[in-house]
Amino acid sequence: MQIANANRLTPYLFLAPAAVIMAVALLYPIGYMIYASFLDWNPSQRIGEAEFVGLRNYIGLLNDAAFLESFWVTIKFAAVVVTIEMVLGVGLALLLDRNIRGMSALRTLFILPMMIAPIVVGLMWRYMYHPSVGIFNKTLKSLGFDPIPWLSDGNWAFASVVIADVWQWTPFIFILSLAALQSLPQSAMEAARIDGATGWQQIVYIKLPLMMPVLIVTLLLRLIDAFKVLEVILVLTNGGPGLSTEILSLRISRTASEFRELGEAAAMSNYLLILLVILTFAMFAYNKAVEARTARLRKAAEEDL
Amino acid sequence: MPKIAFDQVSKSYGVVEVLPPFDLTLEDSEFTVLVGPSGCGKSTTLRMLAGLETVTSGEIFFDDKPISKLDPKERDLAMVFQDYALYPHMNIAKNMSFALRLARVPKAEITEKVERVASMLNIAHLLDRKPAELSGGQRQRVAMGRALVRDAGTFLFDEPLSNLDAKLRGKMRAELAEMRDTIDKNMVYVTHDQVEAMTLGDRIVVMSDGLIQQQGTPEQLFKEPVNTFVAGFIGAPTMNFLDGELVEEGGTQWVRGDCYALPLPADIATRLQSAPDRAVTVGLRPSSFTPDTTQGAPIELKVVVSEYLGAQSVLVTHCGDAEILVETQSASPVRSGTVQTFGVLTDEIMIFDKTSGLRL
Repeated sequence: MQIANANRLTPYLFLAPAAVIMAVALLYPIGYMIYASFLDWNPSQRIGEAEFVGLRNYIGLLNDAAFLESFWVTIKFAAVVVTIEMVLGVGLALLLDRNIRGMSALRTLFILPMMIAPIVVGLMWRYMYHPSVGIFNKTLKSLGFDPIPWLSDGNWAFASVVIADVWQWTPFIFILSLAALQSLPQSAMEAARIDGATGWQQIVYIKLPLMMPVLIVTLLLRLIDAFKVLEVILVLTNGGPGLSTEILSLRISRTASEFRELGEAAAMSNYLLILLVILTFAMFAYNKAVEARTARLRKAAEEDL
Repeated sequence: MPKIAFDQVSKSYGVVEVLPPFDLTLEDSEFTVLVGPSGCGKSTTLRMLAGLETVTSGEIFFDDKPISKLDPKERDLAMVFQDYALYPHMNIAKNMSFALRLARVPKAEITEKVERVASMLNIAHLLDRKPAELSGGQRQRVAMGRALVRDAGTFLFDEPLSNLDAKLRGKMRAELAEMRDTIDKNMVYVTHDQVEAMTLGDRIVVMSDGLIQQQGTPEQLFKEPVNTFVAGFIGAPTMNFLDGELVEEGGTQWVRGDCYALPLPADIATRLQSAPDRAVTVGLRPSSFTPDTTQGAPIELKVVVSEYLGAQSVLVTHCGDAEILVETQSASPVRSGTVQTFGVLTDEIMIFDKTSGLRL
């Protein structure tokens, strides 16, 4: 009896260290942040001295035009970069899914940008965007065109950060799409050829629909990441000019360090967290739904026979 | 329904030649089975015919039209794959109608054709389902249906039954045989299973190591194999091969080995007059033995194991060092471990050249 009890407890014993680390490293900071978001808290105060203000931070933010602008810029940024990256990444994967000599070297080359630290990417692009000595404007000038205010005009600055992000993260979608493509059932593609599908028809009717589960997960992963982007934009524009490129994480960091409003920054973080949690749950729910459906159908089929 | 002709067709991957140049003609409306062990080149041959593999040299003709440069879709053929190759994201009706939809056949006609074929194959109630919702046997039927809907001139089958369990395979084999008789099309069928080949083929092409060993009707292959490979491949249980020596004694040709001596019938003896070598390989089918010693020539065998198969039993016996399989009626049981005398039906003895393996 006692041995049986001990045996039942064994797995929890093994899980315990991990659970403790989870609690300390994940739940404690999140709880701390949620608590802080209800406070009017200045960095010079200890947390105990801060005044409890309830939901004031949250309500205040909803009426704060600068915050809403940041929120909008973030959503616009995420939507634009992820759309462009998906189209380019999937397109490249479709193009390069073939056996050509040197293809493996080429693939490695393609995913290089992803391996560079974001801060370096930011610096690199800042030099390239430089109004007078940057390679883009120098090239434009030597070709007789007017230079472009890459980082000093609101619209151009937004485009510039989008370009830098697309450059860095398209490879991520590319490698996942390529992996998805290469794991597709080869015979289904051959069957489509025999059924008379042209190259385009194979892509549209067979390859893309079959890649869809991977593409959806890729899309959500990229979206979640795009909402949290910081370093590249910090280095490139620091949110400017005006608020044109001030994405949410930048605003959070500025609220905490420049405006010294820790409670408000925590509330902003929580808004972002809520958005990401919704996205993540959407992803899990989608996966679950797909799995449940397949399982149910397979069961139905087996009972049928 | 063209006549298909391979003219000196070969296939190489880089420097590796998997199929040396060969000729093969498949007559119109014939059910041809390409059979051989894995790696013999039968699937490659089929895939070249389908246009899924390029032809390295030579040409394939449909009637007199060269087709080796054409896309699969221009060859007017339909194919059933080993893993069925259904489109997982389309329901059964969409799977079956994919080719017709691509060809922009009118909707009403598509529905009519799909329903007709589906009811013929007993899958009409599954049209709304996805492939993942079907059992293996149902998927197999859908794959078959997808090919039939096309109404193509030539049907290709790439080991369509090998993913099914034994019982279902037998059932589908019978259905295929029925289909063969009702549908007047060219059918080319690849399998490694000689039973499928024997039961389905109007004509069988036996391949090994990229070479066509022999082609002919099932009966020709069974009764008149040209070499030890074909003799060993066709027929179950497989043929027994023994080392032997031709000797002449008292006006009769004998073939003699370590533990046996069998007189050869006159017609074989005459043919063997010109045999270059006295050392030969003797082929004896398990069915050529009878427990009735008054028939045929006697041979003494030590019974090691008796495998009971129902009406029949297969005896694993030893003759000196050689193992010999003997097929007997289970009604007259034979005890393991005993030495028994069997009669050998000498008319069915086959003599092969020891080095080349060719039938003498």
